[in-house]
Amino acid sequence: MTLLSVQNLDVRHGLLQAVRDVSFDLSRGDVLALVGANGAGKTTLLRSLAGAHLPAAGRIALNGQDMTKVPSHQRIAMGIALVPEGRRLFSQMTVEENLLLGKTSGRPGDWTIDRVFSAFPNLVARRHAKTGHLSGGEQQATAIGRALMSNPDILLLDEVSLGLSPLVVDRVYAQLQTLLTSGTTIILVEQDLSRAMGVASRVICMLEGRVVLDSPAEQVTRDEVTKAYFGLHRENNERVAS
Amino acid sequence: MIDTLIQGILLGGYYAVIACGLSFMFSVMRIINLAHGSLAVLSAYGLWLLASEFGISPFLGLLIVLPAMAAIGWLLQRYLLERSARGGALLPILTTFGLAIVIDNLMFEQFGADTRSLAPFIGSLSYDSWELPGGIYVGKLAVMTMATAIALLGGLQIFLSRFALGRAIRATAEDPDTAGLVGIDARKANAVATAIAMVTVGIAGAFLAMRATFDPYSGGPQLLFAFEAAVIGGAGSLWGTLIGGIVLGLAQSLGAQIHPQGFLIGGHVVFLAVLFARLFLIGAPTIGTTGFAKAGLARIRAAIRSTP
Repeated sequence: MTLLSVQNLDVRHGLLQAVRDVSFDLSRGDVLALVGANGAGKTTLLRSLAGAHLPAAGRIALNGQDMTKVPSHQRIAMGIALVPEGRRLFSQMTVEENLLLGKTSGRPGDWTIDRVFSAFPNLVARRHAKTGHLSGGEQQATAIGRALMSNPDILLLDEVSLGLSPLVVDRVYAQLQTLLTSGTTIILVEQDLSRAMGVASRVICMLEGRVVLDSPAEQVTRDEVTKAYFGLHRENNERVAS
Repeated sequence: MIDTLIQGILLGGYYAVIACGLSFMFSVMRIINLAHGSLAVLSAYGLWLLASEFGISPFLGLLIVLPAMAAIGWLLQRYLLERSARGGALLPILTTFGLAIVIDNLMFEQFGADTRSLAPFIGSLSYDSWELPGGIYVGKLAVMTMATAIALLGGLQIFLSRFALGRAIRATAEDPDTAGLVGIDARKANAVATAIAMVTVGIAGAFLAMRATFDPYSGGPQLLFAFEAAVIGGAGSLWGTLIGGIVLGLAQSLGAQIHPQGFLIGGHVVFLAVLFARLFLIGAPTIGTTGFAKAGLARIRAAIRSTP
């Protein structure tokens, strides 16, 4: 069953077209890894799915309901939550306050502060600490917890490992593992290809704003993704054609 | 001497009431509202009109004027401040400066140059007092003002820290883009914050009109006192505003003891002393994530940078 449907999406930053004609459908329970080089349009795509950046053209539908023009604060009430790149916590507020803010949309569901704390036990001791004083891993956990508090149908994770040491990334992924296997629908942007392919059920590779590879994770090799990542397959084709 | 101190502290309560809205708008929205004093006078005229034309007691009149002030705040944010904020940080200051001139002159056109007061409409409250041991008298109205200041600032503090709407307002102040991503309607949060600020301005106007006289151009001095109290207290913190108001009230009262002309000068001297102490002792970069002065400097720097 199609949960999220993206059709012919164009997103612009002024004159720069960051996302070009992107289409894909996502079923409930899918874990989609979005890979691609810096500037390929992954973050822009996620932000436009979350409503923080409205698309220039195309259509986004959730559960068959068109939401292309819906602003971000209403989109989270419809079930899409973004964990933004760089975490973007409210640094003057405590962990608990940040988590409570995640409940603003009032979507019913079973995520509570206690459940977030049991999913991310490293936050328990930091409950009343301002998030500006937390370590990177604790901040990332808070950011993911904040998004989960809205009980989303789809969780968008933008570079959760950015700026974290490999050890901390391991821990964040270990904590995410329960989510990844519990049937939550996730779109994941990740620079680390093997990590992304390890958790995903499907891989989309973007290059210069376009989708250049879209495949179930088990049917694609790391080499194929790498080629798509650098645009090598395209150059080969062009060479053959000329 | 003790009498002077007590009267100075109570006067500080009034300054805290008028500084409350200014400090609130600055701390949550980073807007310095130069129409603050004029809007307080507008509320005073509203109460005066209700009392003199319809015989409504100023305290009952607040039930009409405060919702009206909240509506003014909402409209102000939606149609004026929100639009001007898109043009950079300096534009809202200029907008509120212009708004103050418009309000002052409209009131002058409507009500003339006569000075007015709400004192005739509140019975003996304007001059009644309680006697403290030692033959010191404290005005009932002054004590009421101080109690209101504490209740207002405390109430706002609790609202901001304990209530979902208060948290939403703080989150929007820190990062409107991310606030949208967690489900907060940033425009609504800002409009609610301005409406709340205007309610406190309405209350300030009531106390202004009950304790003294006012005329259409009384807004300027009120803005100045509010600004001084907010800067002395460090504008980010609401309790700081109360302390700032009390320091200003004490400085003015002590100044008046030293010299008949010393009332205003005493206040200005302390204001400048605190400002320069912050600038030179603590050092400009740390003046406070909270201070007006830093925002002022940052705005000037931003303006210089954006000048081609």
